[in-house]
Parts: sequence; structure tokens; C-alpha cells
Amino acid sequence: MTATSAVKPPLLEVEDLRVHFETDDGTVRAVDGISYTLERGQTLGIVGESGSGKSVSSLTVMGLTRSRNARISGSVRFDGKELLSASDDEIRSIRGDDVAMIFQDPLSSLHPFYKVGWQIAEAVRAHREVSKAQAWDRAVEMLGLVGMPEPRRRADSYPHEFSGGMRQRAMIAMALANDPKLLIADEPTTALDVTVQAQILELIERLQREFDTAVVVITHDLGVVAEMADEIAVMYAGRIVERASADTIFTAPQHPYTWGLLSSIPRLDTPRDEQLVPIPGRPPSLIQLPTGCSFHPRCPYVQEAHRRIDPQLQPVAGERDHVVACLLEQDVRRRLWRELQSGAAPSAAREDVIEGDAA
Amino acid sequence: MAAYIVRRLVWVVFLLFMITLITFVIFSVLPSGDPAVLRAGRQPSPQLIATIRHELGLDKSKPVQFIDYLGDILPFLGHNGVDFGYSYQNSEPVLPAILTRLPNTIFLTAGAVILWLLVAIPVGVISAIKTGSWLDRLFMTLALIFVSAPVYFLGLVVLYLFANDIGVIHLLPGNSAYTNAHGFFQKAKALIMPWCVLAASFAAIYARFLRGNLIDTMQEDYIRTARAKGLSERRVIFRHAVRAAITPIVTLLGLDIGLLLGGAILTETVFNIQGIGRFAYQAITDSDLPVIQGTVLFGAFFIVIMSLIVDILYAFIDPRVRY
Amino acid sequence: MSTGTGASDLLHAQDSGIDAIVAGNVGVAARSPLQLFWRRFRKDRVALAAGVFIVLLLLIAILATPIRKLVGAPGPNVQESGALDQFGLPTGPSSAHLFGVDQIGRDIFSRVLAGAQVSLKVAFIGTGLSVIVGTTLGMTAAYYRGWVDTGISRTVDILLAFPVLLLGLGLASACSGAQGCLGGHLQPGLPVVIVIIVIANSPYVARIMRGQTLSLREKEFVEAARSLGASNRRIIFREILPNLVAPIIVYTTLFIPANILLEAALSFLGAGVQPPQASWGQMLADATGIFQSAWWYMVFPGMALLLTVLAFNLVGDGLQDALNPRSGQSR
Repeated sequence: MTATSAVKPPLLEVEDLRVHFETDDGTVRAVDGISYTLERGQTLGIVGESGSGKSVSSLTVMGLTRSRNARISGSVRFDGKELLSASDDEIRSIRGDDVAMIFQDPLSSLHPFYKVGWQIAEAVRAHREVSKAQAWDRAVEMLGLVGMPEPRRRADSYPHEFSGGMRQRAMIAMALANDPKLLIADEPTTALDVTVQAQILELIERLQREFDTAVVVITHDLGVVAEMADEIAVMYAGRIVERASADTIFTAPQHPYTWGLLSSIPRLDTPRDEQLVPIPGRPPSLIQLPTGCSFHPRCPYVQEAHRRIDPQLQPVAGERDHVVACLLEQDVRRRLWRELQSGAAPSAAREDVIEGDAA
Repeated sequence: MAAYIVRRLVWVVFLLFMITLITFVIFSVLPSGDPAVLRAGRQPSPQLIATIRHELGLDKSKPVQFIDYLGDILPFLGHNGVDFGYSYQNSEPVLPAILTRLPNTIFLTAGAVILWLLVAIPVGVISAIKTGSWLDRLFMTLALIFVSAPVYFLGLVVLYLFANDIGVIHLLPGNSAYTNAHGFFQKAKALIMPWCVLAASFAAIYARFLRGNLIDTMQEDYIRTARAKGLSERRVIFRHAVRAAITPIVTLLGLDIGLLLGGAILTETVFNIQGIGRFAYQAITDSDLPVIQGTVLFGAFFIVIMSLIVDILYAFIDPRVRY
Repeated sequence: MSTGTGASDLLHAQDSGIDAIVAGNVGVAARSPLQLFWRRFRKDRVALAAGVFIVLLLLIAILATPIRKLVGAPGPNVQESGALDQFGLPTGPSSAHLFGVDQIGRDIFSRVLAGAQVSLKVAFIGTGLSVIVGTTLGMTAAYYRGWVDTGISRTVDILLAFPVLLLGLGLASACSGAQGCLGGHLQPGLPVVIVIIVIANSPYVARIMRGQTLSLREKEFVEAARSLGASNRRIIFREILPNLVAPIIVYTTLFIPANILLEAALSFLGAGVQPPQASWGQMLADATGIFQSAWWYMVFPGMALLLTVLAFNLVGDGLQDALNPRSGQSR
């Protein structure tokens, strides 16, 4: 009676994606083998510092990293279709239509010489056979949808006449104009004031629910994705070092880098004199990655073997959909996390757990 | 905007006044040949010199001379309309002499401008899009050569090769052809070589500039956005990148047009075109103060007015600019 | 500048050096900005070749007389009527006269060598002085602001409204009498040309340096120095000036070829270097009368000019690219 319906493939499937750039100074391994899956309507947060490869990975999904010196391998399947081998025309028809992207700085990301409504209408007419008037109406409609007061007047204005928050709303309007299945937001709130940040995130969430759009939020700030994301992938030096549901990342993370990210978020509910613990050191050069575990130069719990062995993503025992790339034993990691949660500094935690073990 | 224009016009008037003053200082205060002596011919008697000096008003003090001059050139202050004085050399009135030569300069300038824009814009855009290709390298090498070659050298070479009276290949009208030409088409034909020579270095400059600007513009965030919208590459390049990159060219163009309208001295000399530039040059050689002042004023006027026009135009091209 | 020399390039040349030098660099191995710059410049073979050419040219200019004697050519002002053919027309290149002779029998090879001296002197001294004057004016205007700034900027605007060549011609002719001008201090010829160059260039330099100083002035290290109690002079010399070095170098290399062309243009019009001193522009002017039958008279000085200016432009481009790399080089 019921037709055998094949299980619908995930909306986005990224498998072992590698993006390397050949430069005069050497090969930049911007993305060094990442994999993740995204279902319809889901939200994925990709978190990492600058230079972690988080933006490059998403630009590659959109086909925006194709250039003479780029070496891209792996697989990116969108709605079952392989994107990496798609022709330029094919991927261009998907861009702005099924997959849309918004960027960090809405002032520099909008063309200064064209009216906002014109730019949105242009996005519409690139993918739909509609008249200029219809496209303009759609632009006005979208501006209204993103909460812009007086949308018709706003459509007739130039980007520099808007405030930062309104500009980002306009960018969102432009990205969603063709009802994409996937929206990629690259640092959408970094250039905005704190109060406006919350509004924009809320807007994205609301629109996502309304239109059932899958969202990828790229950010360096775990706090941004705390509420929004269903799943979070933590990236470091071109790799995903931990991936789990958002709840798990915040309650039971298992990678020292994730711990570091969490403890550097200022919070209102911790005692005032508790110190913010930044992660010491700087992100590694993507041309000369450290040997062994890429994080080892900055890891408070580093051991001799970590300088030589490169950890792979391993599932965490007893948890669903939680993978970590760390050479420490799971048991050790859990104890370290408990120590850190109770307010110990990383060095204290290391003494207690690791050196305590050795003793 | 209106307030801005008014402010600028006031500044223009002040500028022109200063320029007249400086010109006057250079040519009549700084020592040079005594025009009265020059005019008087061979072995003049002191009385003759004194008479001429009085006729030309040179016996008055310098400041008075200057004020007299100002009064003459301004339409409402002077005695009988606008009077730019009379040439020391041949007593011809200066203003009509300039105005007769002005069309030649305008013709030369207009043709050159059109030619160099037609060449520079495609070359600049193509070079920027295909950076590093053999075409880009070829264009930029040629551009560099034309930027480095003096206009008169190019002119001489071109005449040597192509002038139909003396050249290796009898192709185009040569030196002095313009003066002897009648009618629009003959004149235009006579100007082909001067246009090419004059346009060559400007085209090179503009092509290089546009290329650099366009390359930089293509790195801008809004180009990434345009691509992310799925627009065709051609649309991204022309509607987004070139549109933004070409605006500074408007400023450049205005200034260069202003400059050329004051007389392309070198080109006019090589090809013997009776334009304002040549006129000014001859006047300087002859220490013919009224002519010099007239031509320099004209030249400065064009530069200053074009600068104002360009600034106003900019407000229409770049919506961020608001006066 | 109406000589079509690429001065328009100058007003719009990139703000090349400051960010590259003051900011950090991509970490591979830590290299000082100077090393990075030199490494990039070294890779640009064409610019290097041009640089070598300029060094050679300098040597030739300095050693003009010995070279001439080595080749066996007579001095630049020696008129050999024997070198003219039976019609009294000059002869072309031969073993006796490498580049031929001009209409009064002077050896063109020697004259080209002598012309090199003029062009290079003008280039370096004239440009150097312009940059010093212009930078001083621009820095002062931008740093002290207020009336000083208004005064200097307005003067610069007035000078920039003048047709440069006309201004130069005027100054040259005003000083062309036997007494010179400025009470005899300024004699016609090379000194006047250098003064003209300084007057023509300084406004551009001043405007550019003013812009640079304005943006530097707002940067934190100036504020820091001020809060430490540094005097204005100290700030100008220790904080601002070092950061102007990069643009100064770039604009100097851009201005040198323009000035060589300016001097040549002035000499071409008879207002520059005076006979008997030889100048390439002057030789081209002489050539206009007889070039159809004596092509060497036009070609050799013209090519000398072209190659010299080209070499400086190439080096300038190379410097710009090395100081400010972007995905597309200037060539």
C-alpha cells in the first residue's frame, strides 16, 4: 500500500572536505578534513577562532573558493547532489536560491552605490522570471518580514543610510528572498552592538521556524549559538575537534579547546572574582601546523605522545552523536571537566587529575 | 548642495584672482625683457621707448597696472566691456585672438579624450579580469612604454613613419596639415596623428589606473555578496565591480580635460596646431604680457571649473557623497 | 602635469607602505617587514633589471668623460664640419661617430652622455628637494591644523590650479634675461629647472603627505607618546616621520620619471637647460628641423629618454608591489 519511500537524504552532507591553497609561502591547509551532516530545519553552529577554517569551509559549500590555486577534495552533497564537482553554472544557480549566505560586515557587504531594494530585487531576478516591479515588491515584502519599519521607503534608500542592525536585517532579507533551504550566517553579529546582536539572532531564529530553513551559524563566540544551535561543531586548525548536540557541548564537553572556549565567556551567574581564563597562545599557522595534535602547544594537559600522534575524531562511549578528537582518555577528560566546573584553574586541574594519576 | 556650489564659486573667483596676481608678478615684476624695448624695434631712441612705455601703461606703478588690468577684464567694472588688452607684438586684441584659437584646442582635446577612453576602459577592464595572462602582460608593457615616452618623441616618430609628405609610409597628413585644412573632415583627418599621440600616454595612464582600481575593487566584500547571490560573473564584474572602480576616473578625467583645454603645448608645437597652448608658448617667448596673462587665465579657468564640475558630478555618481 | 607624464597616477597611487610596515605580518617564520619587502622585490626580475639599468646609467653619467674618451668620440660641443657630408647635411652612425652627428657636426653619442648627467641631476636633486619641501609642508599642515593647515592647504590648491608647463615656461622665461631673476641669484638653465620642479611637485607631495599624516595622527601610538609628555617636535620626528618613509620612497620613485620628462619638455621648448649644455629634450627640439633626413638625431636622444623613464617607472612599480602586495601586480 505505502510506496517504498527511500529515506530522504540529509539536506547537507559534508564528508572529509579538504581545502588547500597553494601560495608562495607554502600550502595553506585551511580546511583539513571535516565532516558533518545537517537536516532540514536544523541549526548547526560552527565555532572556532579566526584562522580555524570555519569560514572557508562554508564558502566552499557555496562554491566561492574555486580559484586557480585552490585544491579542494572530499564531498559536499546538498539535497543529494554533489556540489564539488558541479559545473560553475550549476553551482551558481544554487547560490542565492537554495543556499544563501550572509556575512559579517553588512556595511561593506552591500554595494554602496545601489539602493537596498534594488540589490534585493537583483537577487530575486537572478533566479526567478519576474518583472522588475514584482521583484521590487518582493524586496519590500522581505524588508517588512525582517522587521524593518517603513519598508517601502527603506527599499528606496542606500546602505550607508541605515544603522548597523538594519543593514544586517536587509542582508537577511536579501538572503531569504528566494526562500532558500539553507542559510549560512558567517559571524552575523560580530560587527554589531550587543543589544542589536540579540535582536538579529532572534530574527534568524524566527524566520527559520517560519520558513523551515536549515541554518549554519559560524562564529567565534560560543555564547552566540548557545540558544540557537541544535548541534555544535568546534573547529580548530582546519579540523573539527569536537561535535555534539548543543546541550552536550555546554554541559559535558570533552575537548580541552572547548573547555577553554567555555571558560572565556564572561557570565553573569558566576562569582565576580572568578577569573576569565583565556586560552594562552595564538592559533597556529595553517601553513606550518604543529606536529601531532594541532592543539598541543596550547593545551594545559599536553603529554609527550601528543606531540607525535595526530588524534582522529572518535565517538564518545555511551553518548549518541558526540565525537571528539583528543588523545587523553575519556575517563581523564571527564574528571578534568568536573574539576574545571567546580572552579579549579586548568593548572590545578592538571595537577590533580593527570599528575595525581601518575603518582 | 546649492550652498556648496556657491561656496565653491566664491573660491573659484578667489583662485582666479590669485592666479592673475601670480601671473602678473611672474611676468611683469620678475625681470625679463623690457617689453617697451622689444616693441620699439631696432636701435630705438630713448624718447621712442618712453612713448611706447606710456602707451602700454608701463610707466604706471606695478600695483596700479595690476588693478587697471583687473578692471579691464571684469565685465562690469571696466570701461568698455571685457578687454583683455592688446598684444605687445602686433597690437591685436587678446581676447578675440584667444577665442579664435580655442576651437582648435577644443577639437584636439575632444578627439583625444574620446580616443583614449575608448582604448583605456576596455584595456583596463580586460587586464584586471585576466590578471597575469599574456594579454594582461602585453597590455601593461605597452602601457608602461607609452607612459614613459615623451609626447613629442612619439610625435616625431609618428611623423617620421606615417606623414604623407615626409614619412616612410605615406599615410596621414603631417605637420602643418591642420592649419591648411578646410572643413570638418579635412581637419579631422589632419588631427588623426595628433589625437593618437596625445591619447597614447593618457590611455596608458588610465588603463593602468583602472586595472589597479578594478583589481582592488574585486576584493571588496560586496563583490563576494554579489557572487553569493548567484549572479553571473559578467554581471558581477560590470554592474558591481566596474561600476565602483570607474568613479575615480571621473575625477581624473575632469582634471585632465581642464588641463588640456588650457592648451596641449607640446602636441600643438610638434604638429603645428594653432591652439591656445602654442599661442601661450609664443607669447612667453616674446614676453608678450597681455597675451600671457590672457592664456594663463583661460587655462586656469578651465582647470578650476572642471574641478568644480567633477566634484558636483561625483555627488550624483557616489550616493555616499553629500554636500 | 600637462606633459602627460603620469602625474595623475601620483595623486591616486595607493597608500602602499604604512599598513604593511606598521602592522604585523602573516606568521610563518618571523621576518621583519623590511626582509619581506626585499624578498618580494627581489622576485620581480623586471624591476631588478630596471634597477640595474639605472645603476649603469648613473655610472655612465658620472663617468661620461672617460667613457667618451675611451670610445674616441669628441666632446659634446666640438663641432666637426668634416663630419658633414658634401651637402652640408649631418652623417649618420659610423665608427667615428657612434650615434652620428647633428647639423653642426657635434657628436651625438657624447651629447647623449652629457644629457644623461642633466636628466639624472634633475631627477634626483629636483625630486629630492621637492619631497623634502612637500613633506615638511604636508606634515606641518596636518599636524598643527587650524590656521597653519588652512594657509598651507589653500596655497597648495592655488598652485595646483596652475597649468604646470605654462608656469614652468613662465618662470624660465622670466629668468632668461642675462641678469637672471631674484636679483641675479637665479640664473637660467639647470637651477631654474630645479626650482620649477620643486614648485611643480611640492603641492602634490604636500597634499599626499598631509593625508598620510592626518591618518597617522589619530593612531594610538601618537596618543601614547603625547601622554608620555613628548614634545610636538619629538612626536613629529620620532613617531610620524618614520611611518612616512614608505610612502615617501614610493612617491619619490613615481615622481622621478615625471620630473625627467618635465625637464625634457622644458628643454624641448627652449626654456630649460641652455646651450651649450646638452639635454635630451633640447636635442629632440633641434631634431624637429631635420629628423626626416637625420633619423639618428631623433632616435637616440628619444630612446635614451624613453628607456630611462621606463626604467624608473619599472623600479617604481616594483617597489609599490613589494610594499603593498595584492593579488594582481602592477604589471
